[in-house]
Amino acid sequence: MPLDTNFTNQKFKQVGTRPLRPDGVDKVTGRAKYGADYNAPGQLIALVLRSPHAHAKIKKIDTSKAEKLPGVKAIITSADLPDLTGGDRGMRDMLENCMARKKVLYDGHAVAAVAAIDQTTARKALKLIQVDYEILPHVTDVDEALKPSAPVIHNDIFTEGVEPKPTKPSNNNKRASFGHGDIAQGFKDADIIVEHTYKTEQTHQGYIEPHACVANVSPDGQGELWVCTQGHFVYRNQCAALLGMDISKLRVTASEIGGGFGGKTHIWAEPLALALSRKANRPVKLTMSREEVFRCSGPTSSTSIDMKIGAKRDGTITAAHGVLRYHGGAFPATWAEFGAMTAFACYDLKNVKSESIEVIVNRPKTAAYRAPSAPMAAFAVESAVDELAKKIGMDPVELRIKNAAKQGTQSSYGPVYGPIGIGATLEAAKNHPHMKAPLGKNQGRGMACGFWFNFGGQTCADLNVTPDGTVTLAVGTIDVGGSRASIGLMAAEELGIPYENVRVVVADTSSLGHNDMTDGSRGTFSTGLATIAAARNAIKVLCARAAKMWDIPEDAVIWEDGHAKPAGTNAGNFPPLSIKEIAAAAGNTGGPIAGHNELVADGAGVSFATHICDIEVDPETGRSTVKRYTVIQDAGKAIHPSYVEGQYQGGAAQGIGWALNEEYIYGKDGRLQNAGFLDYRIPVCSDLPFIDTMILEIPNPNHPYGVRGVGETSIVPPLAAIANAMSNAVGVRMTHIPMSPPRVLKAISNRKH
Amino acid sequence: MAEVHLWGALRPIVGGALSVSVEAKNIRELFKVLAEQYPAFEPHLQRGIAVSINGKIYRDTWDQALPPDAEIYLLPRIPGG
Repeated sequence: MPLDTNFTNQKFKQVGTRPLRPDGVDKVTGRAKYGADYNAPGQLIALVLRSPHAHAKIKKIDTSKAEKLPGVKAIITSADLPDLTGGDRGMRDMLENCMARKKVLYDGHAVAAVAAIDQTTARKALKLIQVDYEILPHVTDVDEALKPSAPVIHNDIFTEGVEPKPTKPSNNNKRASFGHGDIAQGFKDADIIVEHTYKTEQTHQGYIEPHACVANVSPDGQGELWVCTQGHFVYRNQCAALLGMDISKLRVTASEIGGGFGGKTHIWAEPLALALSRKANRPVKLTMSREEVFRCSGPTSSTSIDMKIGAKRDGTITAAHGVLRYHGGAFPATWAEFGAMTAFACYDLKNVKSESIEVIVNRPKTAAYRAPSAPMAAFAVESAVDELAKKIGMDPVELRIKNAAKQGTQSSYGPVYGPIGIGATLEAAKNHPHMKAPLGKNQGRGMACGFWFNFGGQTCADLNVTPDGTVTLAVGTIDVGGSRASIGLMAAEELGIPYENVRVVVADTSSLGHNDMTDGSRGTFSTGLATIAAARNAIKVLCARAAKMWDIPEDAVIWEDGHAKPAGTNAGNFPPLSIKEIAAAAGNTGGPIAGHNELVADGAGVSFATHICDIEVDPETGRSTVKRYTVIQDAGKAIHPSYVEGQYQGGAAQGIGWALNEEYIYGKDGRLQNAGFLDYRIPVCSDLPFIDTMILEIPNPNHPYGVRGVGETSIVPPLAAIANAMSNAVGVRMTHIPMSPPRVLKAISNRKH
Repeated sequence: MAEVHLWGALRPIVGGALSVSVEAKNIRELFKVLAEQYPAFEPHLQRGIAVSINGKIYRDTWDQALPPDAEIYLLPRIPGG
């Protein structure tokens, strides 16, 4: 059903209000069930044996001693997970990442897994498994991996996207480029050019809840999986494919989620739990430790970016060129390509080119992390733009406003923009009181812009009117940030009933059609679309039932404020029928009343943000403190403003941690040195100021209420905003993230000398 | 005839050209014709390509029409976090 997207000057009764989230009470009272809270009768406990080496051949795995240990019920290696991927490289890599096959490719790579009656027995069993390794040279640095002397990790990877096709394998799996115009001429036309190489270190999403699942596979081939995930339908499909199961036979139920941010869009240990359960014929619970989460789930890429931007003295950017190197961990990926797409998207540029170089290193398989690849690219671009403004002697906001993309601009990645919000966020920043607030000693203010695409995807919703006229709504997207509240508001808005009369649940995979994951800032956008359509379908049924009750034609009934009403005086003089009255009569007017919808939610609309940040730097220690932080972002339409603000604040908090402290540190032996929250420092509440937010609403023309995704863009500007503030605070231009105290102190010291 | 712009990774497939002309009425037909004319497109199509038509990005709606004189860009199918 095509949706009416004529939202202009729409008046809402419920959308835009701030009711409590339906999962709130359960979460604050401890009733909510997360991944590790599920238990099944007779369940076994699984543990995974992981490689201590960054790169090694597996010569032999001997599990015989472990198998004889009393209490051990099943042990699996790659031999228990035959390659059923039929030549699909992506699926094969997923399988190999879950369990190493001929080689281990990073510190922490799984080599075997045990299911035993308890954790103590499982731990003893792991110690009895003997793995004979032949250690190979390794490389963990993104630049080192590209050198001719680097060990080649996969001998079947030949750089894609170049002509002629290379004849030798390498750690560079793909190159690509975007852009238009003539950058050589653009740089000739420039009066001032800024050029640097920027580096960002690898970070983890830092979700508080580790990966956890309970798998239960019966001898008849049917299986169940309770799991913490951002996409239970996708987990179902992928696990079934890797294990040779019919998709319909595997029922996946998603738990509440204690954070994902992209890290729970990939399967990691779930196929192992299912394979162990199948082998042991018992339910198997597998919970990752925090150390395992760091060592062998999916952090983001570390990067190395060459950035060059030129401008006229009046501030007009004449050319921009970036070369972006991102690693995908131990497997081929295209993270640099996404960085190259987003890098210059905020600007209206005549001459622009961004080139991507994908790199393979001996680190865990990289996963998406909130606006994946965009924050690092924005760090390089926005740092260079800020330095350009300084060299020209122009206000950095003014320079950005002068060059900002607008409706009709050809984007740096190709298409011409429709209505977009970058200009509005910049104008709001310029006029924000934060920009005029006084600064203290050793304090500096910085700002930066950010861009993210957003997308929609396959989605469905199932709305049922219960006999008392309240409504249940089954959706297939995991609620990662309050989407059940937003979706409930949209259903209530359409039906004209109180928000409290709608209960939204995330259905299991056997109760609803396929839904793509909650990623790409799509939850509220796409499930909202399906919900609006499902509610409108239900309204048609409600009107038809009222028509029966009144014995008038269906098209003589309209729906207003939760009631069926005669369309006009010719239709008859009947008092309105409430949803409660129609629902009560449903058994005798045709049975249950429902509305369904299935769609692909294209048209999410791109998103922009501008952030302002004040920091104070202690010149004696290099320690930085964020004193004030403001996020300005276009939401299209904020369905539930509190949860939109929460997304803005959450993204900024993660970006602040990334900018100032978070970093994977590998030793020369290729092993991760800081796999825990004591040594990998994410910001806690006491590290952060209150993060102020400003929601702009520039409606998305592809949504009936104007909604854009809001979940990801807020992590894009912080790295650069803080680097720019640092430059203004203590006069050092940091080109390496994180700007941790030792790095800042070194930069201050180098400046003094 | 639609003029389809390519991002850098696809250009080697068509001899380095920035764009190709394709006779297709919708995205489904566009992909079919590209795979027929340039078999090296196949792995990219399997991994997923998004199509921007007059600035609106389509990832899944293969029935979407390609209007005459539309601005069409092929783009990587981006992931999210």
